[in-house]
Amino acid sequence: MNLPIKFLPPLVWLVRVLVGAYPRWIGSVPSANQRIYFANHSSHMDTLVLWAALPDALRANTRPVAARDYWGAGGIRQRIAQQELNVVMIDRTREDPDADPLEPLQEALDLGFSLILFPEGTRQPQPLPGPFKSGLYRLAKAFPQVELIPVYLENLHRSMPKGALLPVPIICTVSFGAALRLAPGEEKEAFLERARDAVAALAEMEAVVA
Amino acid sequence: MSLQETYFVVLAGLSLLLATATAFGTWLVRRTREAAKLAWIGQMNTRIRRAWSIVLLFAIAFTLGGGALLVLFAIASFFALREFVALTPIRASDHAALVVAFYVVIPVQYLLIAADWYAMYAVFIPVYVFLVLPVVMALGRDTEHYLMRIAKVQWGLMICVYCVSHAPAIVTLELGGFEGRGAMLLLYFLVVLQASDLFAVIASALIGRTPLKSNPNKSREGVLAGGAAAVLLGTALFRMTPFAWWQATLMALAIVVAGFMGGLVLTSVERSLGARIWTDDGVLLTRGTLQRLDALTFAAPVFFHLTLYFFAP
Repeated sequence: MNLPIKFLPPLVWLVRVLVGAYPRWIGSVPSANQRIYFANHSSHMDTLVLWAALPDALRANTRPVAARDYWGAGGIRQRIAQQELNVVMIDRTREDPDADPLEPLQEALDLGFSLILFPEGTRQPQPLPGPFKSGLYRLAKAFPQVELIPVYLENLHRSMPKGALLPVPIICTVSFGAALRLAPGEEKEAFLERARDAVAALAEMEAVVA
Repeated sequence: MSLQETYFVVLAGLSLLLATATAFGTWLVRRTREAAKLAWIGQMNTRIRRAWSIVLLFAIAFTLGGGALLVLFAIASFFALREFVALTPIRASDHAALVVAFYVVIPVQYLLIAADWYAMYAVFIPVYVFLVLPVVMALGRDTEHYLMRIAKVQWGLMICVYCVSHAPAIVTLELGGFEGRGAMLLLYFLVVLQASDLFAVIASALIGRTPLKSNPNKSREGVLAGGAAAVLLGTALFRMTPFAWWQATLMALAIVVAGFMGGLVLTSVERSLGARIWTDDGVLLTRGTLQRLDALTFAAPVFFHLTLYFFAP
């Protein structure tokens, strides 16, 4: 399919109009420092929403990490992934058992890009994030200068009653928390738990702030 | 000059002025190398770009009429309210109240303005919605944080719908000796409002000393000087209005002061919610409908009511 994407309204504009993607900077401020944004993952829209919530100036230098089996499957999805999002494709299926799936991520970080990462690896049905995979830990160890920013993606629709007669407009908010760093000598499990808790804490804040 | 011709001349003049400003801003960006200077030129250019939307609004009001203008502002209200709701924590039991706010209050408020039923649209949200929404929410039987939740929805409706809707309502004002020229009065309002913001940014860069707490890109001196310049502009443009020149001075002053208050209040609200943010090098990110409408939300109802009170027959 050869869609004239260039003639459509900019993707970021479309996402903002349709689902909001409102940013809330709770523990950090937008910065050009090299960063890894890691977030909970419960919807196909998550990559687009987080990407659209970033300020224009930062978005150009930030690349989402996306599964090749979903975003690389051709068609419009692949066009969006390559032409708009400039994604780093990651191999979830591991057809070649010797290849390091993190290699493309390390290349992108070496080049100075910031990354958007979903460390759960796959979408989760529940609002709170599930256990994180070890990739975040390995990147934190290999790139100690990169700031790790926890992000919580909230979709108002999920917290609304199911099957209501009239739905309220779809509203996604994106909460950015305080930067995390790997402590000296910190174990993998402890670090991944701490990172997961940082995302969960943003979720609690979203629910409790009154 | 007929009304049509006057409109055309004003529209052409404004476009020319903005085109010059845009070209000047672009030229400044090209020849400037210092980062600090570039930052405030960027601020200025953002505001010049935003001023183009005034020309667009005015052109729409002029060619398509008040109805199209009301639809545009209703959409603006919708996005502003959606943003407000997104930034405040919401519970599942708020669902019914939100449905009423989005799908009943917004259309009804703008339809009342379209019907020119002033006695109703002036009190619809502050009286009737104010009394009905708490009932709707109480029927949900969730009493936790009840007052806070209902207060937030009501506050959001007042700012995003009631206040914003008074800007297009300016067009409907019937003033003695000024029939059919409401669009011109709206243009006057928008030009003075936008000019005070633009002048404040320019003056802050030129003479700024004490940065404002609510916006580090503006200084106290800059806001005063910029506001004064906007009041002078408002006085000079008095022929666009039914006001005498000294009345135009006072009206422009009311617009400038109310606009500043609006910016101040909405900045506080958004900051408390983590939604208005500055990058680590002090650049405010322009994002969101609320932020773009902040000055207008306060200035529109004030200008509307002062005009109605003193100048309607």
